[in-house]
Amino acid sequence: MKTDDLVAALSANIEPVNRRLVSRTVYIALAAGTVVALGIMLAGLGVRSDLMTVRALMFLVLKLGFTIGIVGVASVYLTRLARPGGERRTSSISAAVPFAAIVLLAAISLGLAPSSHWDKMVMGDQWLECLLSIPVIAIVPFAVIVAAVRRAAPTNLVRTGAVAGLIAGGVSAMAYALHCTDDSLPFVAVWYGGTIVLCTLAGAALGPRLLRW
Amino acid sequence: MATHEIELKALMLASLDGDAASHRTLLDRLSRRLRAYYKGKLAGIGRDATEAEDLVQEAVLAIHIKRHTYDPAEPLTPWVHAIARYKLIDFLRRTRASFADVPIEEADTIMAHDDNVDTESTYDVKRLMERLPKNMRCAIEAVKLDGQSITEAAQRCGISEAGVKVNIHRGLKALAALIARETRT
Repeated sequence: MKTDDLVAALSANIEPVNRRLVSRTVYIALAAGTVVALGIMLAGLGVRSDLMTVRALMFLVLKLGFTIGIVGVASVYLTRLARPGGERRTSSISAAVPFAAIVLLAAISLGLAPSSHWDKMVMGDQWLECLLSIPVIAIVPFAVIVAAVRRAAPTNLVRTGAVAGLIAGGVSAMAYALHCTDDSLPFVAVWYGGTIVLCTLAGAALGPRLLRW
Repeated sequence: MATHEIELKALMLASLDGDAASHRTLLDRLSRRLRAYYKGKLAGIGRDATEAEDLVQEAVLAIHIKRHTYDPAEPLTPWVHAIARYKLIDFLRRTRASFADVPIEEADTIMAHDDNVDTESTYDVKRLMERLPKNMRCAIEAVKLDGQSITEAAQRCGISEAGVKVNIHRGLKALAALIARETRT
């Protein structure tokens, strides 16, 4: 087939294109992923019973601030990465800001506490549950976000996969925060931060396979 | 260079608004630049330049299918270049060649040269179309090859007008995937 014929065929009866389709699809996927993550958390784990105490609420706000910060920054980043050449106009440093903030807060909190408390502050009561729950809850949101990005055209698949994983991990941690009763900054930094980084690495590894077009 | 960008971007914006003539001119002009780009790249890494035409068509198809990913706030050249380069690397990976030798060039190089020696690709789209599901094939044949309207195509294929549009969209994607598989050696 001649290229001229292909061009002619493609140009017959074309439709106007919605220019906001890429970001709209990504944000719809994000909303759907959040709903799914909340649903899984409610069905499988349930909301913490002491939610209405001041201390619990304070830490819930902190955990949500950390995770929503991650999801917010990463989503904007993803709407750029989903377009061809988008990786050239963005730097991933802003995605590290929430992590740097929580690590700093955790370090301050450790510094103010006697070293005999450190073990308890870092490990909490439920570190294993946290370590397992966040990646497991992240699976469906990750799939939804990947499906949305596949409709666009990312040209750096490793980085795009990583950011999709980062968002899925963030959404999942957001939902898990409603259940988690470990209230200490070092715990959030290590186990929330760590599992979200794990999701990011998994996304980077899967990106080239899942996002090819 | 800047003139190319301004003219091509204007064509792109018109084509996004549904102007078929602009879309055709745009794809035509981009295909000439893509041909020069791919011939140069393939020759540069010691590959047969006849493969360039397959790549040109893959890239043209990708530009068409993915045109909604163009952000009008940005210049067009880097967008086209990113697609062209992505398709080149994908092609080299598929054909098991080294892609480490694809130099990172300036986005402008994609607009640097014209090449309008239109040659045949190594695959036959009409033959590939036979492998598409019936409704997709019928919709693409009616609208894209025979130039019928969406309404006429709906009657001819016995599906709704929305169905025709969906089938064209999915069909072109499936066709792009078939072409990619076909050019794999």
